[in-house]
Amino acid sequence: MSEKSSIKNFLIKRWSLVFLLILLAFFSIFGTGFSSIANIQDIFLAATTTMLLGIGQTFVIITGGIDLSVGFTMGLSSVIMATLVRDLTANGVLPVFSILLGIGLSMVVGIATGLVNGYLVAFLKVPAFIATLGMYGVAYGLALIRSGGFPVGNLPAIVGSLGNRYLFYILPGEFFSLLHMPEGVEPTQLRNVMRILPLVVIVVLIIAGLFIIILSKTQFGKHTYAIGGDEDVARRAGVKVKSHLMKIYVISSLFAAMGGISYTFRFGSGNAQAGAAQMLMAIATVVIGGASLYGGTGDIQGTIVGALIIGTLQIGMVFLGVQPFYQFIVIGLIIIFGVLLDQLSQRKYLEIT
Amino acid sequence: MDDKAIIATKELTKRFGGLTAVDAVDLDIQEGKITAIVGGNGAGKSTFIKMISGVYQPTSGQVFYDGKPLPVGDPLAVRNLGIETIYQDLSLIELLDVPDNIFLGREKYRKMMGFRILDKEFMLQESRRIMDELKIRIPSLSLSTGSLSGGQRQAVSIGRAIYWNAKVIIMDEPTAALGIQEKSKVKELILDLKSQGVTIIVISHEMSDVFEICDNIVVFFQGQCVGNKEKEKTTIDEIAKLIITGQGLN
Repeated sequence: MSEKSSIKNFLIKRWSLVFLLILLAFFSIFGTGFSSIANIQDIFLAATTTMLLGIGQTFVIITGGIDLSVGFTMGLSSVIMATLVRDLTANGVLPVFSILLGIGLSMVVGIATGLVNGYLVAFLKVPAFIATLGMYGVAYGLALIRSGGFPVGNLPAIVGSLGNRYLFYILPGEFFSLLHMPEGVEPTQLRNVMRILPLVVIVVLIIAGLFIIILSKTQFGKHTYAIGGDEDVARRAGVKVKSHLMKIYVISSLFAAMGGISYTFRFGSGNAQAGAAQMLMAIATVVIGGASLYGGTGDIQGTIVGALIIGTLQIGMVFLGVQPFYQFIVIGLIIIFGVLLDQLSQRKYLEIT
Repeated sequence: MDDKAIIATKELTKRFGGLTAVDAVDLDIQEGKITAIVGGNGAGKSTFIKMISGVYQPTSGQVFYDGKPLPVGDPLAVRNLGIETIYQDLSLIELLDVPDNIFLGREKYRKMMGFRILDKEFMLQESRRIMDELKIRIPSLSLSTGSLSGGQRQAVSIGRAIYWNAKVIIMDEPTAALGIQEKSKVKELILDLKSQGVTIIVISHEMSDVFEICDNIVVFFQGQCVGNKEKEKTTIDEIAKLIITGQGLN
């Protein structure tokens, strides 16, 4: 392979990385104050939810499927967690326990949704598009019923405080504090305190790292690619395709539940609508990341870049004073562009074989 | 070990809806021999071997391997018993590379902090060894198999079967898509495997190949097994008549 074509292949696979750098450069030049540590952290924060749902979606799309239910599974999970925490705390249960139980039940809901999706797709051969669209409606309805259609508030203050905490609080020359703002900081000094490394971002990046290893270095990951490459061949080689697909949809729903949990922590409330925009975003991150909707290719690293592009757009538009609503148009167009590019490379691939 | 049946089917039947693809086939495959399965299109040959290899669940009937019932509908269990199958479409995942394909379903891993991490280096080296053994040159084993030539892909598929020290290798049309040179190489390889004591079952359309290398010839006609002949005791004419009419001479 010549050097020139390997650069070309890299660009086809990783155009998103170049695009991200261009975006960052663009906003740094035209958005005053855009390039600061605080702002880079905000981009990561804005990207966390999309990143979580995108990582789960990456597994599904590599197998050649799609999970449309993630946005409302996220909303349902946040409502389930928030209502349980609210009710338990109101009945005198310690916040620590009610939060842990809330997280647990939220995960259980995620697993249940994934099991239904997976069973429909793997065993009953319902097209993934339809099965997960059905669960999209079911999850949304359940969340609305449970929440009465309103945001779920009245959670103990610790929830929101944990969700917005940073690893380090630093005021140069004054203090260096781990995990909390020291007592007695003057209100005038408060805005000068540097907050470094949001906890939510750290947790999400650790989870992302773990699943990068699972997808790229384990048998489970290899079988995920194999199923997307050719389901029949994988079955003949001895891959347990049905149970594997079940696990894939459970992973996707679990990530949606984690998205709901992180939403509840960050906003201190639950909301059936929490993930309404996230279906578009999650699929966008995966496609932008270079995965093919035909299955068999893609990786989490690409999805992370995709999520950062979306985060950058959201924050950057604020700096340019553009209404954030435009992000949906840009992201919608990027999805279409990504798929067109993929088709182009597929066609090229079919020509050589 | 001359007349020992390593694989025996009893009333093996497969129906797809109203269609009976394989109809109560009783067949003994002799150990250490090369058995050809011949028959027209739709005679049930491929369906028959897919029931042995575990891809299809038989509608009824049984398969015995070395006297014991063979697990049905579980390809990995069958492979683990030493029965490998090379399918007509080669069964390669074109987006994956050579080691990935050879080790698919049986990946080699090592423990790292409690995790089972794929041992890519080992799988790459073993793949290189097996390809060298087959005297097949592939520019880079880490290319996706979709970008290889027909002969190279055939070699990967065969390499995958022999790597696992199979006792029985089933081949569905192993030479169908090959050039003359590659064909004779595959035939050489089949005879080589036989000399190592491997039992071979081969589906083929090419009568000259069949008579050149096989010991026994089994004929399928409309889902039934209508003949099981030793090569020495039959003729091309007899086999041809069986294939076309389902009836022997006279």
